[in-house]
Amino acid sequence: MNTSLRNNQNVVLAAAAGCLLLAGTALAFYWVPNAPIEGFRQRIFYFHVPIALTAYACFGWAAWKALRLLWTRERRYDLESYTAVHMGVIFGILTLVTGSIWARTSWGHWWVWGSRQLVLFLVLFLFYAAYFMLRYSVEPGPRRANMSAVYALFGVALIPISFLAIRLAEDLVHPVVFTHDVQSKLTGSQLLTFLVCLVGMLSLAGSLYVNELTGKRLDARLRELREALQ
Amino acid sequence: MITARGLGRDFGTKRVLRDIDFEVPRGGFLLVTGPNGSGKSTLLSLCAGLLVPTSGELAVEAERGEIGYLAHEPLLYRELTALENLDLYGRLYRVPERRERIGMLLERFGLWEARRERVGSLSRGTAQRLALCRALLHGPRLLLFDEPYSGLDDAAARLLDDELGSLAGERTFVVATHAPQRVESLATAALSLA
Amino acid sequence: MTFLGDVLVLARKDLLLELRSRDTVPAMLLFVVSTLVVFHFALPSDASATAETGLLWVALLFTALLGLVRAFVAEREERILDGLVLAPCDRSAIWLGKVIGVMAFLVAAEVVALPAYALFFRPVGWELVAAVALADVGLAAVGTLLAAMAAAGRARELLLPLLFLPLVIPIVVGGVGASATDDPGRYLAFLGLYDAVFAILSWASFEYVVTE
Repeated sequence: MNTSLRNNQNVVLAAAAGCLLLAGTALAFYWVPNAPIEGFRQRIFYFHVPIALTAYACFGWAAWKALRLLWTRERRYDLESYTAVHMGVIFGILTLVTGSIWARTSWGHWWVWGSRQLVLFLVLFLFYAAYFMLRYSVEPGPRRANMSAVYALFGVALIPISFLAIRLAEDLVHPVVFTHDVQSKLTGSQLLTFLVCLVGMLSLAGSLYVNELTGKRLDARLRELREALQ
Repeated sequence: MITARGLGRDFGTKRVLRDIDFEVPRGGFLLVTGPNGSGKSTLLSLCAGLLVPTSGELAVEAERGEIGYLAHEPLLYRELTALENLDLYGRLYRVPERRERIGMLLERFGLWEARRERVGSLSRGTAQRLALCRALLHGPRLLLFDEPYSGLDDAAARLLDDELGSLAGERTFVVATHAPQRVESLATAALSLA
Repeated sequence: MTFLGDVLVLARKDLLLELRSRDTVPAMLLFVVSTLVVFHFALPSDASATAETGLLWVALLFTALLGLVRAFVAEREERILDGLVLAPCDRSAIWLGKVIGVMAFLVAAEVVALPAYALFFRPVGWELVAAVALADVGLAAVGTLLAAMAAAGRARELLLPLLFLPLVIPIVVGGVGASATDDPGRYLAFLGLYDAVFAILSWASFEYVVTE
């Protein structure tokens, strides 16, 4: 198994992530001017939204790998799908944390049911946390791989449906809908900062993903070799 | 009809089958022996397609409706009668002339009188005979039997001997048993899982 | 046509089993009525229509869970699922047959639950009945698939609620919305969308849940 290519890939991703995030943070805190209405605290937008988008990307990637597993029945896709879900959950938790901080600074509460993003991520967090419970309670093997893949596909279908549901629920429960005053069009400097942070976050997710995947694959290989020696 | 090369199956970290090679030609009879826990049931489940190998290869040239599988459990609904169970399987397996075939099998294995009794109330041996009927119902080309003699009294065991004797040669068999002496004469090959 | 034939054979089998053993549906009936009574004590006396409707939907959700936990018990315990999976029929027929059975149980429970709700709390309008009917499809479709998943693991009674609840949050929104707002059409349409998406997904993926 040639690991050098994967190592290269990982180093490149990690380096890219490091540089981009460093640059993005600098841009977000020092370069970009204050947002007109919200002021300084709006800057968390440059972290919160890229993190959220990265989480979606991870879940989407997991669903793609899940589809590949069910299509080809090749076992390696199970680990890839699982690792992607793992990354998605990590970034999901970060989304909830940054979103909560933003809510606190904007409206004074650590949690607001009126924020669509927050509620959606809460539902998704519960869903994907149950993914781990599912994997934990079924014996490792082809059956567990199949079930995890099906569940990951359900997750991706749940994202738009949940979002619709949350929107519909707003009319129901009549909360004050909390939206951040993000202008519909970002100015040039804002857009640049945002994109730098977005690509940085995606690289970070990619780097962590490759890292964990390689680690798990090595573990599995080690176990196989140990078995073969017995 | 069945070819296995380096066949292996893990359950989690437990390796139940390791590096099994065998070949069963059409009309062959493979006798599988081995102590408890050696993987006989797992091997049969693999041949049936209920499990997939985790290492090695297994090729079985039989479609889903052509396999007759007899497991440790009778695979019958306890709250349904013998007749209802066989009727359900008969429909799902698209058995032609279902009623006649069910009647014939029940008679052959001495179950006609018990046909309207709930499976849950049948004795172990009677349930085993019913499970045999279920496995033979659709005239399968490949028969996978896991301990077919367990729970059977002498009369029933002799019925099974006759059935196996009449089918061996035209159908393909893989039989795992603790009583190999009963089927040794029919076996064309033997596999010992130790 | 054989697909539908298989479905009917399997659905009939489930209904026959329930008729013989009579353990799931009576439990669901008693559970839903007890839950409604508990809710009376849990709600303040000036509770709004939305609150009372919401709690009805919670009661229905958990009653559905009660029924679903038992959905594949016989098939797993006796390994009958292996016998069904080996049959040449489409594996989704097993799913659809089971869904019909689960829906029958749900309808039986609702035939008691809705009048009880009307008696204890407030009258039941056509929108609520329509919403319940649409929700039943979604609950049964998704629930049956998840019940098959949970049945393959340990601690299945614990696992099924964890898998089930996040997925059915949209059903609660649709259901409460349909019965408590002025625009039930939108919420009923949403329930229809949910049913379509998840029924198709469940149909297509059941095969992979019960085979390797």
